[in-house]
Amino acid sequence: MPVHHYIPNSVPEIKREMLKEIGVKNAEEIFAVIPEGIKCKRRLRLPHSSPEHEVKKAIETILSRNKTCNEVTSFLGAGCWPHYVPAVCDEVNSRSEFLTAYTGEVYSDLGRYQALFEFQSMIGDLVAMDAVSFPLYDWATAASDAGRMALIITGRREILVPRTMSPERLSVIRACCGDSAVIRQVDYNAGSGQLDLEDLEKKISSKTAAVYLENPSYLGFIETAGDDVSDIAHKHGALSIVGVEPLSLGMLTPPGEYGADIVCGEGQPLGMHMSFGGALLGFLAFHDDLKFVSATGHRLVSLAATKREGEFGFAYVLPERTMFAAREKTATITGTASVLWAITAAVYMSLLGPSGLRKLAQVIMQRCYYAAKLLSCIKGLKAPIFSSPHFEEFTVNFGNRKVHDVNSALLKQGIQGGKDLSYEFPELGNSALYCVTEVHAKEDIERLATILDGVVE
Amino acid sequence: MKAEEAHAYRAVTWNEPIIYALGRKGRQGFAIPEVEKDVKKAAGLALTYVPEKMLRKEIELPELSEPEVVRHFLRLSQETFGVDSGINVGVGTCTMKYNPKINEMLARSSKAIDIHPLQDAECVQGILELMYKLKGWLCEISGMDDLSFQPRGGAHAVFTNACIIKAYHKLINEQEERDEIITTVLSHPCNGGSPAVAGFKIITLYPNPETGIPSIEALKAAVSKHTAGLMITNPYDTGVFDINIEEYVKTIHEVGGLVAIDQANANCVLGRLRIGDSGVDLCHFNLHKTFSTPHGSCGPGSAPILVKEELSQFLPVPTVEFDGHRYYLDYDRPNSIGKVGEFYGVVPNVIRAYAWIMSVGGEGLEEVSETAVVNNNYLIKKLLKIRGVSLPWGELSPLRMHEVRLSLEKMKQDTGIGIEDVNRRIVDFGIQRCFTSHEPWIVKEPFTPEPTEACTKEDLDRFAEVFRQISDEAYANPEMIREAPHNCSISKVDLSPSTDPKKWAMTWRAYVRKHR
Repeated sequence: MPVHHYIPNSVPEIKREMLKEIGVKNAEEIFAVIPEGIKCKRRLRLPHSSPEHEVKKAIETILSRNKTCNEVTSFLGAGCWPHYVPAVCDEVNSRSEFLTAYTGEVYSDLGRYQALFEFQSMIGDLVAMDAVSFPLYDWATAASDAGRMALIITGRREILVPRTMSPERLSVIRACCGDSAVIRQVDYNAGSGQLDLEDLEKKISSKTAAVYLENPSYLGFIETAGDDVSDIAHKHGALSIVGVEPLSLGMLTPPGEYGADIVCGEGQPLGMHMSFGGALLGFLAFHDDLKFVSATGHRLVSLAATKREGEFGFAYVLPERTMFAAREKTATITGTASVLWAITAAVYMSLLGPSGLRKLAQVIMQRCYYAAKLLSCIKGLKAPIFSSPHFEEFTVNFGNRKVHDVNSALLKQGIQGGKDLSYEFPELGNSALYCVTEVHAKEDIERLATILDGVVE
Repeated sequence: MKAEEAHAYRAVTWNEPIIYALGRKGRQGFAIPEVEKDVKKAAGLALTYVPEKMLRKEIELPELSEPEVVRHFLRLSQETFGVDSGINVGVGTCTMKYNPKINEMLARSSKAIDIHPLQDAECVQGILELMYKLKGWLCEISGMDDLSFQPRGGAHAVFTNACIIKAYHKLINEQEERDEIITTVLSHPCNGGSPAVAGFKIITLYPNPETGIPSIEALKAAVSKHTAGLMITNPYDTGVFDINIEEYVKTIHEVGGLVAIDQANANCVLGRLRIGDSGVDLCHFNLHKTFSTPHGSCGPGSAPILVKEELSQFLPVPTVEFDGHRYYLDYDRPNSIGKVGEFYGVVPNVIRAYAWIMSVGGEGLEEVSETAVVNNNYLIKKLLKIRGVSLPWGELSPLRMHEVRLSLEKMKQDTGIGIEDVNRRIVDFGIQRCFTSHEPWIVKEPFTPEPTEACTKEDLDRFAEVFRQISDEAYANPEMIREAPHNCSISKVDLSPSTDPKKWAMTWRAYVRKHR
């Protein structure tokens, strides 16, 4: 094996010196501890070492087979949304110190703790809650954690969720809450899509630990009766959990102001690229109350004083709650989390500030309405299906045309149509979920309408 | 001032305010594109669609211009100590290896980041091909048959494996009977925590005081018709390889259970041990440890799980497959445990890990493990010459794999200075603090160096030299250590908010409410 540029001590002479110091002839003496019967007796069937320029060329060649959303015009959202990422976000998350740090303590990693605290603070302000946890994997696992917190706090087993929620997210909650929770779906109003409050009243009982609401819903509409949902939950001694897409909060009342006890959501729109769904960031906020804090196993960064007057430090709140100390007595499956994205989200929120977020939410909503309006003018199409106000996404019904066929026809003309809903929501017929944000130019939307008009004719 | 002091390390100290204290009202760091007039005309004022009670009144966020935001976060980054910043030799269990820059460039290219997870398969053949090929490589490295990239970290992977163990027993109608997972106390805590979340009762085995590993008899006494499986780390974070592994597998299989190995410490066995060859049913790798993807200040990581063929049916959906012509996502898996996270996992780390394996190659993987192990044993030899440092289970063998759990118990007894104090002092020298141990502390006053293959001999010598200097201080001038740190961005922190609900503040708004 020649000297490798990532392995400084692969120089034979250096290794000899070190082996001598250890007092062994060769490294095999150290590996002798691995039982002979299970030792690998052959070379791994892998390629030989490649120099950097070959690695680059090979991977670029493979990746070139992708057609990015700059090459096709995509109207996909459904849990991973296209948004413009300010250059500053990538600048900061490429900083080698943030990129390559891990779990150092506050004395060596002060900046990491401060950025985390600022992330927690800004999420807290966005959703109007006082306590925010360490970042999590994604919305779905954050919602699962919110559910498990509710089980612990109430000592009950049932979680009521809207039937309009993301089925993929529901599948994660089912896996992550397992047998400890009974998950029941609450119906929706066929005309508006809104959570059916009568059905909720029917299903809620003294067994209900929490009512979970998504706002905006997976199907794009805004739930406008969040306060009533929270009231009904509280009347029955249950908690109110709300899952949010954060950019909508530039315009919508935050869940903390309509009775939510726990808020979760997806931070990817706050400065993360789509990355094939591989750059997600879950967040979780709740009341600053010992009962809530004790019910979560997540790390929580608190501001603290130091020996020097006027200086800030940071400390973990009740560290004995976490998996690292409590092992099986805790309720978390998060170790290595998604801090680089939390730092990025803090950068994004600082850049936009209150006025930027407010304006962005309006721009998204206007473009979304413009698209829905153009599509609804096409004969045979209904957009949106529901009468409620929408944000960022809306449903389109194609009558008797299969979404799969529509999307194939669109793709031939360089457009990636919306997510096919016919498997997840068969009752909506041939429908798709379309996403329109600030990245979609007026021309993109008009081209979609023109081509769709031809396709469905 | 002595010359040595004048040239000593000083951490960057900006005393950077919390961002809420920066900026001025009216500033904004990013311009939002205007909406065209006719769009506005057709769409109307967005606000009018939303009922009054759902319209937001206030947003309390800082207001900064772009240069202010850049300066603030640049300063915070400078007050953070990454692998690229300096010596991270003490940070065991974490495998703080070098994160190659070319891998960043590739993982951040437009062809990698501007793709949506639900795009038509024809548009994402490139990324699917990389995922499929890396699956093949990781199966070859581990001796397993199939894989899922969905888990985002080790604890998530162990949880996913626990779900598969549960699904396996459920399929053979034994779940009621089989509700116990056996683990060992020196395994990463998630091997207890994650299966507990999946609904299992946990039985924890303790190590034999002489060997550092549990006895076969202890395992035999713990197994029963309730045993669903064994979930352990091997080698342990102590650097001790559990030589009973074959016997464990036999014992667990005899009672009908499955064995899952947490391969967080795989960096010392690449090309030397394929865990699948020992009969193990499931395992996982941490790409952010063994396969060089950056730790990102604590994630995003990536922890693919690997299983034997019989368990492939239970993997989370979708899996990445190839039909000879095209790559595709396979959702048609009726026995799948469903999903454990949204979409397909931390895909950018798949690209990075692929690039890293290509760069080091098959023989290079063996060199990685060999050098990691040599580096560690060289460091052990040096550290054991220092007063107050001891090696648990050292009588049996002084050799360890790629990391080692050492103890400062003697130093603590002699001087009152323990590992927490030393960790506050070592950072004064521009060296990242040592990882201690997960709870419970089986070894007293523990610390756990793990040099990895990426450090230099000079780094190891420097680390040992600093440790010797701190030991000398402990015996001669313990006050120096008690009051540490002295050269860091902040001084000793008042930890009382950790336990006092009236004082703690996890957000600025809570801080303002409680302290102002």
